[in-house]
Amino acid sequence: MSASIPALTAPRERPGSRISLVPLLIIAGSLVAYAIAALVTGQMAQLSLDGLIGVLQRTVALGIVALGQTLVILVRSIDLSVAPLVSVGAVMASWIMQGDPARMIGACLFVLALSACVGVLNGVIITRLMVNPLIATLGVGLVLQGILSASFANFAGSVPEEFQVFAYGTVGPLTFSIILMFALAVLAWLMLGHTRLGAHIYATGGNQEGARLAGIKTGRVTVIVHVLCSVAAGLTGLYLASRLRAGAPWVGRDGVYDLESIAAVVIGGTVLAGGRGGVWGTIAGVILFGCLDAIFTMSGVNAYIKQVLRGAIVVAAVAAYAYRTKGQVA
Amino acid sequence: MSVSAASVTRFDPLRLLRRIHPAYFALVVLLGIVTIYNPSFLTPTGIMNFLRRAAPLCIVSIGEMFVLVSGGFDLSLGSLITLTVMGSALMINNDPGLTWGAIAAVYAIGMASGLFNGLVVSYLKVPSIIVTLGALLSLKGIALAWSGGSPQGYLPDNFRQFGRMTLTDIPVLQVLPVAVIVLVIAVALCAWVFHGTTFGRLVLITGDNPRAAEVAGARVRGIRIVAFIISALSAVTAGILLGGFAGPAQDVGDGYELQAIAANVLGGTQLLGGRGSVAGVVAGALTLTALFMVLNFMGLPKPLRDAVQGAILVIAVAYSVRRRKWG
Repeated sequence: MSASIPALTAPRERPGSRISLVPLLIIAGSLVAYAIAALVTGQMAQLSLDGLIGVLQRTVALGIVALGQTLVILVRSIDLSVAPLVSVGAVMASWIMQGDPARMIGACLFVLALSACVGVLNGVIITRLMVNPLIATLGVGLVLQGILSASFANFAGSVPEEFQVFAYGTVGPLTFSIILMFALAVLAWLMLGHTRLGAHIYATGGNQEGARLAGIKTGRVTVIVHVLCSVAAGLTGLYLASRLRAGAPWVGRDGVYDLESIAAVVIGGTVLAGGRGGVWGTIAGVILFGCLDAIFTMSGVNAYIKQVLRGAIVVAAVAAYAYRTKGQVA
Repeated sequence: MSVSAASVTRFDPLRLLRRIHPAYFALVVLLGIVTIYNPSFLTPTGIMNFLRRAAPLCIVSIGEMFVLVSGGFDLSLGSLITLTVMGSALMINNDPGLTWGAIAAVYAIGMASGLFNGLVVSYLKVPSIIVTLGALLSLKGIALAWSGGSPQGYLPDNFRQFGRMTLTDIPVLQVLPVAVIVLVIAVALCAWVFHGTTFGRLVLITGDNPRAAEVAGARVRGIRIVAFIISALSAVTAGILLGGFAGPAQDVGDGYELQAIAANVLGGTQLLGGRGSVAGVVAGALTLTALFMVLNFMGLPKPLRDAVQGAILVIAVAYSVRRRKWG
């Protein structure tokens, strides 16, 4: 009796707080491929610190969305409304600001609050109306994109110079936005590994019924996670508005943030069935995509062929993880 | 005892009404509204034109149903439609002699696409959402790379006849568009395969409980692969009709995968598998087409129609969940 108690109460490794080797391997592999491409095409400038930071800079938008998507997938949900929401965030930010620095804070708060509302809507449709998360977020995304495209045909408004600091301002060699992405990753990592909410997220995704019977309010956890994901998408919209100097209703769709964020999460080792994974894998997946994009650009691949390859790479990368799955997958 | 038994068997028109899927009521109401806007709708010509317009969506939706019922999703259909139309135009390039060869070629492309989706889902265990979203990107990319990004080539009349030609002087019906003949053949074929063959039963069982189907000896992988192939072939068929309607365009298929899923949801197909019927899906697709017509009459721009479609998708699924749970 006494022998079995220590075994039961021995501190178990917290899920999510452990950093596995796989993300490091993915990052190393993508950087090596990137370096080889730069050497083969003779574009040595790409190998400088500036070149590498440029690659990192292009991962920021996808990175922030993918961090939110990681949380959603950890509770065994999914969010296909992120791409339209990124567009909504970008357009609303620049439309409200109209180049006036005094409206910056108000516009940012409005976009983040609106995103949070979309997150609540997603979460409530999934948990209360019990609609399949795929259809719920697809439907909400269609509604968002439809209203946005009907109201705005092109770039709307503009952001003031001061707001462009968000995307272009630097601290030493790094830009604010790169620092923001890593800061958010650290926050998410701490939240997942060291807070009650983090433990509840893993429990809900691992076994929803079990978690519910253990007293966890799984519905509330799912809603919170959807709010966090939507706010991340809204933040990405703000970043794109700052980077492009104005928002247009197609910036989210053109970035394919829905599919690519899901792919980055899965490549990073978070399973679509929920309950297992973490943020560093996702960051590695995002860096892999950034390096691939840079390699395509360096080797001058036609834009349409690039699209074909992206689709194929997403499928191949997920397959690399998934083929060991036991049982049938639909 | 006998009292309760009698109360159960008592004729109750309300109960009977509730058993009919609401998509049929919605269809009747919407067709009524269309008739108010356009009184000539209720003539044989008006109805035939409506069916002709609905034919591509009906066909794709039935194909999608096979995948949905087997437990997956097929999001690649819209891009496959685009590839079919653009590819045919490029291969034929206004030489009517090449039409039949091109049709064979696009069916082969569709077969390959469905086979690829099915193989990756079944053997590499990649969830079908990811595979078919990847295929959506890749197929559209192939269509654009092949044509250089703008609609190229030209579809001759003997290709466009499937979508455009109408037979006249038909008894009773007066007119009979070729697209409606294609629709009737496709519906009959799929209804037979789904409701009349062992394969159809196996698709249902696979979607309902893949593990149980496997234990019972069903070849789940092969069934899933065939479902994806049927779905892809339906998209090619719809593409041939749409090419006849409008000629080559690079956005001709955009959004069809979502409309097909919406039509399925309206028609009572259960997402993640196990339930569905060809008649229901046809009703769903007709309802959606009628709804688009009404929104069009009301002067709503295309983006708002997409928004309405999104809302309907969510409401229809929420309703069907409620219906299953509380009868």
